[in-house]
Amino acid sequence: MSIWVDKHTKLVVQGITGKEGQFHTLTCKAYGTNVVAGVTPGKGGQNVEGIPVYNTVAKAVKETGANAAMVFVPPPFCADAILESIEAEIPLIVAITEGIPVMDMLKVKNYLKGSKSRLIGPNCPGIITPGQCKIGIQPGHIHTPGPVGIVSRSGTLTYEAVHQIGSMGIGQSTVIGIGGDPVNGTNFIDCLAAFAADPATKAIIMVGEIGGSAEEDAADFIKANVKKPVVGFIAGLTAPPGRRMGHAGAIISGSSGTAQGKIKAMKAAGIAVVENLGHMGEIAKEAFQKVL
Amino acid sequence: MKIHEYQAKELFKKYGVPIPRGKAAFSVAEAKAIGAELNTFPVVVKAQIHAGGRGKGGGVKLAKTAAEVDQYASSILGMTLVTHQTGPEGRLVKKLLVEEGLPIAKELYLSVLPDRATAKIVFMASEAGGMDIEEVAAKTPEKIIKVFIDPLLGFKGFHANELAFGLNLKPEFIKQFNAMVAALYKLCVDCDCSLVEINPLVLTTDNRVIALDGKINFDDNAMYRHKDILEYRDLDEEDPAEVEASKYDLNYIKMPSGNIGNMVNGAGLAMATMDIIQLAGATPANFLDVGGGASAEQVENGFRIILADPAVKGVLINIFGGILRCDRLANGVVDAAKKVGIKIPVVIRMEGTNVEQGREILAKSGLNLITAKDVSDAAQKIAQVAKG
Repeated sequence: MSIWVDKHTKLVVQGITGKEGQFHTLTCKAYGTNVVAGVTPGKGGQNVEGIPVYNTVAKAVKETGANAAMVFVPPPFCADAILESIEAEIPLIVAITEGIPVMDMLKVKNYLKGSKSRLIGPNCPGIITPGQCKIGIQPGHIHTPGPVGIVSRSGTLTYEAVHQIGSMGIGQSTVIGIGGDPVNGTNFIDCLAAFAADPATKAIIMVGEIGGSAEEDAADFIKANVKKPVVGFIAGLTAPPGRRMGHAGAIISGSSGTAQGKIKAMKAAGIAVVENLGHMGEIAKEAFQKVL
Repeated sequence: MKIHEYQAKELFKKYGVPIPRGKAAFSVAEAKAIGAELNTFPVVVKAQIHAGGRGKGGGVKLAKTAAEVDQYASSILGMTLVTHQTGPEGRLVKKLLVEEGLPIAKELYLSVLPDRATAKIVFMASEAGGMDIEEVAAKTPEKIIKVFIDPLLGFKGFHANELAFGLNLKPEFIKQFNAMVAALYKLCVDCDCSLVEINPLVLTTDNRVIALDGKINFDDNAMYRHKDILEYRDLDEEDPAEVEASKYDLNYIKMPSGNIGNMVNGAGLAMATMDIIQLAGATPANFLDVGGGASAEQVENGFRIILADPAVKGVLINIFGGILRCDRLANGVVDAAKKVGIKIPVVIRMEGTNVEQGREILAKSGLNLITAKDVSDAAQKIAQVAKG
């Protein structure tokens, strides 16, 4: 078991003929993901190493039965590409693209409500169920199948978490990067609820960072709804207020969105908070001892 | 991206948001000429810097005579203005806004911005104008009204009414106020603003509604479609090292009084690395995300920018190689270190793809590179470097 992606996932890649799109499509395929189609308007009829390319998502879905999309379309056209997949009723859309304007994402986010799609990202590394399906730019080989679900706003910090628990001999059920943008499709709570309901997930790691209040909201949700042990980490204790720390969403506005506030909320919810990143593996091992 | 008040007011004017009569001045002579042109008193002389709290810092003065315009323009232009937002080093004032003083009956607060939590556009308004809105929100949250707008629906008349009646506006103000908020919504959406704030918005004794102040921030991701707004960028307001870094697509932020530089791939890991440096008892000198690619050229320029800060005693490189292979990165670091001529200790922690080959390249380089086996080890080693 796992959440949202597994060996039954059939992937269509939007922006498959671009440099990044092509490279990562092939690493996903090499990992074992069933990549059934690609979409690049104007390049329908071509193929990428045997993967057929279509002009539209609707056509790709009709011909191949794709049930997940990975989006590598450049920022000015990316919201449009996501909307196209929503219109094609693709159940899972994973947007890797960094740099989509917030105004575009506000429209996408509101249009998602009531649709048949879930959007992960944008500005994220993707989602992986180790040994079954990888959608995204993650280094697949560091992951191992196992009982821990990981959800994170940061790419490399996700890899760090996977690596550190991996070094302790602990594998992952599903690992999700929800992305570093202020407006994203899937939030911590969506992932936490899915992990809580997934029998294969015995414990959870959540990795947050400064900006917004998603971690505080997630902490409240965990306190009320999640019985599985949770380990948490927040990046940005030393971040100065008012500065965008790489990610568009990583900004302290006035006194809100600080790491200190998030850590406090997480501790109050009974989450084992890792203060020093170097200790994540050890703390997870100890916190998860009873359930693993 | 941030812009000056006088630039924000230019955009207000373009969208039909009423502002006081006035102009920007870059010299005392210009300020005097604008004062004379206004042909009224009092005249307000306002320092133009990218920071709030200018009034309290002595950067805003009310001149009652032409001589006072001269006097205040002379004293404010060229002053180092220190406010709660500039830090103790303050900001050199190079521009002024000179405008008419208004007969103020009441001061209000008004802002419009994308709200990340609800994915709506939100207007915030308050009768407690002219005050620090964060303070109002903390002490008397009931004094702030919020109106959320679905961007797919757009701004409607009832949204304006909710704001106008929420602010207890008298009938004579409502029509102009409602037109103003509709214009502000259009401005916010059209120009990809991350914040449009008017504090205070004033009601005058002669029944006008006017934006006495103006602050606009923009979404950096959307600037590709606003070449005209990019013209407003003022490099004087940015750190020179950050301007330099932006030329090489390096995400660099200088930290005040730090002693350990760092170079990291990924924004989250970069922030966490700064935190590790602090936890180890040193102080991070910067934030630097070299991104997923981290080309040899980027590493070289990253080194150059970090090492230009004389306070930096050591550098921590923290890379999780995924797509980016550690052997390639190690070669980049060695080449860059040789080119730049690094004289201070560099601690490198690498993990991920081809890490063994990477470590070997570093060990054989003959450079003063200290390899760390993991994050904790890196923190300890960099702490020793900081102690000297």
